[in-house]
Amino acid sequence: MPDLSINFAGIKSPNPFWLASAPPTNSGYQVMKAFDAGWGGAVWKTLGVPVVNVSSRYGGVNYRDKRLVGFNNIELISDRPLSHNLREIEEVKKRFPNHAVIASLMVQSRQEWHDIVRQSQDAGADGFELNFGCPHGMCERGMGSAVGQEPKVLQMIVEWVMEVAQKPVIVKLTPNISDITEPAMAARRGGADAISLINTIQSIVGVDLDKFAPYPIVDGKGTNGGYCGPAVKPIALNMVKNCAQHPDIKLPISGIGGIENWRDAVEHILLGASSVQVCTAAMHFGFGIIREMTSGLEQYMVEKGFNTINDMVGKALPNVLHWEDLNMKYKVTANINEDKCIGCQLCYTACEDGAHQAIKLNAGTRVPEIIEENCVGCNLCSLVCPVEQCITMEQTDSGTQHLTWKERTEAGDIPTKFEDEKAGGRHHWVPEPAAALGKERHKTLPGKARLYSGETQVPAQAEA
Amino acid sequence: MAEFSTPTTEQQFAENFAQLKPVMNRTEALYESSRCLFCFDAPCIKACPSGIDIPQFIRQINSGNDTGAARTIYEANYFGNACGKVCPTEVLCEGACVYNLQEVKPIEIGRLQSYATTKAINSGKHLFGSGADNGKKVAVIGAGPAGISAACELRALGYGVDVFEAKAQPSGLTVYGVAPYKITNEETLAEMAYLQAQFGYNVHFNSAISSRAELKKLEEKYDAIFLGIGLGKTNELGLPGEDKINCTGAVEFIAELRQHHHEVAVGRKVIVLGGGNTAMDAASESSRLGAETVLLAYRRAKEEMGAYEFEYDLAKGVGVRGLFNVAPVEITGNGYVAGVKFIRTETKDGKVQEIAGSEFVEPCDMVIKATGQAKQTEFLSLIPGLKLDGKGRILANAHTGQTSNPKYFASGDAWNGGAEVVNAAAEAKLTARGIHAYLSK
Repeated sequence: MPDLSINFAGIKSPNPFWLASAPPTNSGYQVMKAFDAGWGGAVWKTLGVPVVNVSSRYGGVNYRDKRLVGFNNIELISDRPLSHNLREIEEVKKRFPNHAVIASLMVQSRQEWHDIVRQSQDAGADGFELNFGCPHGMCERGMGSAVGQEPKVLQMIVEWVMEVAQKPVIVKLTPNISDITEPAMAARRGGADAISLINTIQSIVGVDLDKFAPYPIVDGKGTNGGYCGPAVKPIALNMVKNCAQHPDIKLPISGIGGIENWRDAVEHILLGASSVQVCTAAMHFGFGIIREMTSGLEQYMVEKGFNTINDMVGKALPNVLHWEDLNMKYKVTANINEDKCIGCQLCYTACEDGAHQAIKLNAGTRVPEIIEENCVGCNLCSLVCPVEQCITMEQTDSGTQHLTWKERTEAGDIPTKFEDEKAGGRHHWVPEPAAALGKERHKTLPGKARLYSGETQVPAQAEA
Repeated sequence: MAEFSTPTTEQQFAENFAQLKPVMNRTEALYESSRCLFCFDAPCIKACPSGIDIPQFIRQINSGNDTGAARTIYEANYFGNACGKVCPTEVLCEGACVYNLQEVKPIEIGRLQSYATTKAINSGKHLFGSGADNGKKVAVIGAGPAGISAACELRALGYGVDVFEAKAQPSGLTVYGVAPYKITNEETLAEMAYLQAQFGYNVHFNSAISSRAELKKLEEKYDAIFLGIGLGKTNELGLPGEDKINCTGAVEFIAELRQHHHEVAVGRKVIVLGGGNTAMDAASESSRLGAETVLLAYRRAKEEMGAYEFEYDLAKGVGVRGLFNVAPVEITGNGYVAGVKFIRTETKDGKVQEIAGSEFVEPCDMVIKATGQAKQTEFLSLIPGLKLDGKGRILANAHTGQTSNPKYFASGDAWNGGAEVVNAAAEAKLTARGIHAYLSK
């Protein structure tokens, strides 16, 4: 059996799944329950200055029948007395000595940082996570993302913390910045042991159409919140990758953002994370999701022959390049498997209206046909097709040629006119604008429109 | 042992005749509408005789625009709610859903349609109105799906419309002929009240038009006359003993059932004659009324029945047994029905032949004849110059519904020989436009 345990910058944990610093880690009760359920670690809800919360704190993004594909919150750090949190950390550590308990911290002055680090250390925390990420509320008081967005301030605070920290220090980064590697580098310069990312993204999840106010609504008003949930995973993955590929950061990464099952976790790990943190999924489905996550991860490792988490960390990084390094000689063409096609024609209308008019309809069948010479291999049809493996993108180049934009640039072969073999209008034809007007059939003609157009099948064969 | 015990209260009736397509709640509608693929040139639309823009209304439901969804439906079909509930969707829209090819359950289009229209009806939301008065008047004979649909469309076009109905309630077979587990009287009549409130046509109930003199009056007073008269009584079989007590026509039996529910008595052993959808309904209904055995007797083989497969399955599901290749030759009994004498048949070269000497009597205490409805040829002969085809159907222009008497237009069963509510609704809309074109000349 593969070994799921990790040693993350010196913090040991029976598996790579930690609960992120958030409402699920608000109390010893919740953390113990989570450990009991199978979670490997927990980053405690941020300890720090006294705060007072508002009522109505979360907003959700639903997509069709799916709830909470996106989620945001305007809740602040822990509003419980520091002494209670510290006492409970101690209790949890006694009961679960092999699980990771990390104290998330957010205060202001150097003295405050020193005090809270020492107190958490004394309580038995296995490490610290500096919360430089909250994009709402706390930042208005000069903390959270206000720090994460100022690399110099961030570095200074990390230095303060390192003066007293005897346990590993993780710096949690905010994504509300144009280049995530800048605060990551500042964390490294400050002496941090690791980074975690991403914190939530500044957001408005929706607007109430009747009250004209953003969600969540607090007495008729609202404010920006921090966005998380499945929808943010792509942003998180890219930022994790950016930090993992940076030649100078060289810090362990705890991946956060949109992780709700083992697949999401593996993606984070393959792009360089060596532990992962989960919040929204636990808030949505409860701690029980951990069983699916560990079992899925374990099965994947068995199938791939990975013995430890470290065997797979960053495994996809060599394949993430700059655009200019991609092979421009590679060519794929869409192929419709007629036996699987159910005739929804979504590929047709998607290609017609959203791509390169490379699919046509033929009389007598609902199975569309790919116009191969016009297919640029964009993937759109295969993405909209509702049938698994019905539209496949097949490689149609010889597979022997390799030429990148960078190589062309270095060879002085940058096109100055639109005459390249791949250019639109040369490689694939583009219809004349007016040809669009004759295409009534490009929309369904229901009800009255059909009556007018004489398309309705008239039931009675009787003619006067 | 009967599948159902005889209902003696409205409550028990409602249980035995529970709706096959109950109205969805918002959550169910949200989940179901989320599954729709929004096909290009959607097969469901093409399969709908009234051409409802199904992907559009499903998308409207999904985005919380239930009112818009109802509008989309009613724009194409005024019997939107009725059709959602009574249409044979299995062979129309839902049968055409591309999910069938993927062996995935098709979208429940009928129920989604009723979800949206029921909401509009219950809210009384004003979606449509009459057009500006054009000073012309049309008489509509028959307040069934054809007549009411024509009335709505004509009012939208600005005509004054008077509907003359022989019975006491509107919607024709929707309230007098459809099986009670498909739609309730309340649902049917609520849609009729909603339409009348929207379009403001007049309906004269208990006002049969049956004489030349009455027709003449209409001809004088109105610019055009719409015939939405449907079909007549159940065909006579011409068998000895057909007049015995408890030998009834399916149409008459179902009409009673729809009006009087559990107060309708059914025999302990019922034989239904016929192989069409009405026969399936009558058999199902007998069973649900507590008949101990229900026998469905058909002259030809099972595969040759005109009924939809799902309708036969439905009947079988409530305990109805099929008896095939038998032709009735006599209804036996002394005053009351006591049995049916059958003769066995076989089909040779497409023709049914009786097998000599194979007669037998199947005892029963009730016979329901579901052997088709007669055409109203006698009434139609009162209209000067009106031509019928060899089967007694009104001949009319396929695009305008205009008959050989230019003042008369027709739609629905009297024209198509007997089809679904949706066909009548779609045809009548077309014919109303035909009337408009004719009167606008």
